[in-house]
Amino acid sequence: MTALLTPRNVFIVALIALLALLPVYALLTGHTFIVTLFTRIVILAMAAVSLNLIMGFGGMVSFGHAAYIGIGGYVIGILAKEGIGSGFVQWPLALLVSGLFALSVGALCLRTRGVYFIMITLAFSQMIYYVAIGLDRYGGDDGLTIQKRSDFGAIFDLSDRTRFYYLCLVLLLITVYLLRRIVNSRFGLVIQGGRSNERRMRAIGFPTFRYKLICFVIAGMLCGLSGVLLANHTNFISPAIMHWTRSGDLIVMVVLGGMGSVFGPVIGAVALLVLEEALPYAIGFASYLIVGKEVMGAREYWQLILGPMLLLIVLFARGGIDGLLMRARRD
Amino acid sequence: MTDALLSIEGLTKRFGGVVASDNIVLDVNRGELHAIIGPNGAGKTTLIGQLTGELAPNAGRIRFDGADITALPVYRRSTLGLARSFQITSLFLDFTALDNVALAVQAHDGHSFRFWRNARSETGLRQAARAALERVGLGARAEVMVANLSHGEHRQLEIAMALATKPRMLLLDEPMAGMGLEESARMVGMLRELKRELTILLIEHDMEAVFALADRISVLVYGRVIATGAPADIRANPEVRTAYLGEAEAAHG
Repeated sequence: MTALLTPRNVFIVALIALLALLPVYALLTGHTFIVTLFTRIVILAMAAVSLNLIMGFGGMVSFGHAAYIGIGGYVIGILAKEGIGSGFVQWPLALLVSGLFALSVGALCLRTRGVYFIMITLAFSQMIYYVAIGLDRYGGDDGLTIQKRSDFGAIFDLSDRTRFYYLCLVLLLITVYLLRRIVNSRFGLVIQGGRSNERRMRAIGFPTFRYKLICFVIAGMLCGLSGVLLANHTNFISPAIMHWTRSGDLIVMVVLGGMGSVFGPVIGAVALLVLEEALPYAIGFASYLIVGKEVMGAREYWQLILGPMLLLIVLFARGGIDGLLMRARRD
Repeated sequence: MTDALLSIEGLTKRFGGVVASDNIVLDVNRGELHAIIGPNGAGKTTLIGQLTGELAPNAGRIRFDGADITALPVYRRSTLGLARSFQITSLFLDFTALDNVALAVQAHDGHSFRFWRNARSETGLRQAARAALERVGLGARAEVMVANLSHGEHRQLEIAMALATKPRMLLLDEPMAGMGLEESARMVGMLRELKRELTILLIEHDMEAVFALADRISVLVYGRVIATGAPADIRANPEVRTAYLGEAEAAHG
């Protein structure tokens, strides 16, 4: 089969090593904010990986995937507020609610396709978004502070920054591995076959709807888990965590990293969120080089740089960054 | 009644004012190769659509092996053993030929809610798929991406996928469409092999192939079956000559 030492594999291993060693770097340099930043990146990478299951492999472009981050997060927040702090209750319940939501949304959405599917998933996520705004008891528009992270007793303490980061990273890697198994299993081939030619799938005897629905539920639950982690990370939830632009971000991560590649969205999430942080500084630095001083407000325009970069990737790198890496092997 | 495997009773399909299938009555007997011919717009595709379940008829009934399948969804008909090939090649282009056929095998090997084991390393699926590819002469092309196969090979793969579902009956929608002379001849040879073990309903434009292969022929014109019979009878039928063969023969010179 293929060689192990391809540029792509080297890159993936290097990226994982980098993520794993990050807290060490933070410890040595004292830049602890970087752990906080990367905890967020790892959590959103998990959401992107889950979106990729339905979007990249199943061809179901959901424009409402952030709703599951919100659901996972709100289950944690609401339970915490009501005095139920045990993670053994909070986490399974969050996954259950995410799964049930995915089941009901999927049962309706999956009867449509193309643009209609995109619009109806967006509509459902907007619905949840406004429900959250209406929850006065849980902060409404302003959001809700979570007093205490999920309590796993003596088994695991989530309150330590570094430990929490590693927990998120391990869960992300487990998710990626899980997805790798799924997409190559019988179930995964049915899902991919459905993306490729659903009519043919039915003609050879597959009841495609039920497979797509289960796939939708799995993706929803995995994304719900990322919401659980995000709520625990920030100790705060608000409707903003499931704003539709967040769903858009997730799509960008998937496309940027590589649709239909299991690890691609992780690359995409890291690339997008690091760029978001780094570009303002880069602009500041560049203006310093060019005019000798920092131009007031120039940093605000970092999106002006990011936009064209994304455009170029989408236009010229089919398969995203991961696709580029794969081609590097062939050439 | 006769020994019909597929029996169509009074099938009617209307699109607005157009009657695409007009009270079609047709039996396909066990073991026969029954061909349906008809000029363009005769309603052949509409008929196939109803037989496979992609279109719902306005009236009439379809029985397969005695069971009423008129209201069954597409995938259920496939599980019962009614397999089809597509007129316009309909494959999984981003998979290899072997993957395509293996999926068809998998569809008839229990449910696919199996999430862990790598399906591409399941020898049962792979061997059955290879056997189907060998049968249509694509054994050597198993690992080639379908997008990179030739048109003729696509047509062969269409048949292999239908065969991989272990059908009792094949619905072949213009299997020779777009083929060269040589390829057509090879396809005729293959169908001749297949008709020994399978009941086949063949929809085809290639008259030479139809008359060489068919045990019986039905002629469809404006959604109606105007004649059914042995090839010799169809050739001699004056109504058929004017409606259809006349054109074809005129075209042949």
